[in-house]
Amino acid sequence: MLLTITGLGLGAMYFLIASGLSLIYGLMGVLNFAHGALLTVGAYATWWMSTKVDGGPGTKLLAGALFGIAVGAVLAALIELVLIRPLYRRPIEQVLVTVGLALVLNALVEAIWGFDARPFPVPSWLIDTTSILGASIPNDRFVEIAAAAVVLVGLNAFLRFTRYGLIIRAGVENRAMVTALGIDVRRAFTLVFAIGGALAALAGVLSGVYFGVVDPGRGTSLLIFAFIVVVIGGFGSIGGTAVAAVAVGLIQQYANYYASSGLGDLAVVLLLAIVLLLKPEGLAPKVAH
Amino acid sequence: MTVVATTPLIRVDDLHVYLGESHVLQGVSFEVPEGGVTALLGRNGVGKTTTLRAMMGLVPRRGTVTLAGEDTTRLQTHAIVRRGVGYVPEDRDVFAGLTVDENLRLAERGPNARYGLVYELFPELKQRGAQRAGTLSGGQQQMVAIARALLNDNPVLLVDEPTKGLAPLLVTDVAAALERAAELTTVLLVEQNLAVVARVAQQVVVLDMGTVVHAGPAAELLGDPDRVRALLGVAGGSH
Repeated sequence: MLLTITGLGLGAMYFLIASGLSLIYGLMGVLNFAHGALLTVGAYATWWMSTKVDGGPGTKLLAGALFGIAVGAVLAALIELVLIRPLYRRPIEQVLVTVGLALVLNALVEAIWGFDARPFPVPSWLIDTTSILGASIPNDRFVEIAAAAVVLVGLNAFLRFTRYGLIIRAGVENRAMVTALGIDVRRAFTLVFAIGGALAALAGVLSGVYFGVVDPGRGTSLLIFAFIVVVIGGFGSIGGTAVAAVAVGLIQQYANYYASSGLGDLAVVLLLAIVLLLKPEGLAPKVAH
Repeated sequence: MTVVATTPLIRVDDLHVYLGESHVLQGVSFEVPEGGVTALLGRNGVGKTTTLRAMMGLVPRRGTVTLAGEDTTRLQTHAIVRRGVGYVPEDRDVFAGLTVDENLRLAERGPNARYGLVYELFPELKQRGAQRAGTLSGGQQQMVAIARALLNDNPVLLVDEPTKGLAPLLVTDVAAALERAAELTTVLLVEQNLAVVARVAQQVVVLDMGTVVHAGPAAELLGDPDRVRALLGVAGGSH
């Protein structure tokens, strides 16, 4: 039970990172290697703000989280406007820019706050456990799962019921035709980057709660699994991303526990290989024919 | 319909397009008068589709495209469309994962979308509003593509091979829709089916090897089978 809930909690974080990556690639064809750095920056921004406000750990965490998410959204929108926009139709340069940006942002975080992990403000009720079927489960796991579920429902509603959602769904299929209907699709690009940045920062907040600390390498290590989730789920599909995130989180936890510690990562890569062999387009192809 | 030869609505001047290594359009120049249908003809691969795509700003281009006196060459695609250009692409390009209603809603450019006109021409689209466009037949997808362009009050429609791959009965429907559209707007039509051209077009422009080799009244060219064979490599009147 603990394993399952922990796996789901991990999957929730993967989903938050991967959904932004997936939408950005699906709509714009941009592989954003700086997405992990957005997570790190979001987590550090949260921690920084939490040290500036008075109050209990709950207040600190909430104020920090709101600030961190805003920083993630604004930074991502700026990245799109300043660095990615001039490079559309030039995928190699985009990869170089986002990889470079990831290195720069990580180096900046290390230069400003050092290599050591910083303690995250975690209210005690999140560390406490709840007993379910005899298993003691830390409460933060439920918060992570609930946050991801809210984001999943919210993103789906946004994509389904708003005009921008319609533009994004159409743009994932055929960007050129969206512009040929008189729509400036670049605005949707900036919006999707901002949403992706906010979700990455939210994942940063939750990872801080999950691990109790934040360190400069956090984003990079989680980004690798997020990319695997995106590939398994199918680029541009939020539903596929959610299913893949849960599968990866669970398999990682089970393999680490039942086989041996460290095998979890290997099992995930193995899952990736199997999916690529059997369904190279991912679980949910981006166009439903 | 009579065509009044005043200032042309569209003027294409010395249009060049390079796709990779190949020089697809090599200085295409022609004019489209206001009102009615001008057909852009030519054998396969002479650059008809590329001409429309270049006018839409969908491929990198050199030269000038003037629309109602305004140079649109430096504008981006969405800005060209907002000047009042509707585009029906060769492969229809409906959004397969979106419903028919969503495809139409996406094309709305303001509160005065002409759903009345669209449903009058294609009543089927109203019944199939909730159906995913990817599950429609080729003919129904073509209706969605034409409907998207007719939904707004566009002074110009660029329509690329709307009858390609359609059953004969649907070809007649599409031709009727084009005739109706031409009462409201100016149509530049790429079309291989000469029977459709004879029915709807007043003017023709013929491309070969990336340049314009003939331009003039449709009836004049189509009435001369030898000329049609020489320019288009097919027998006149048939297809």
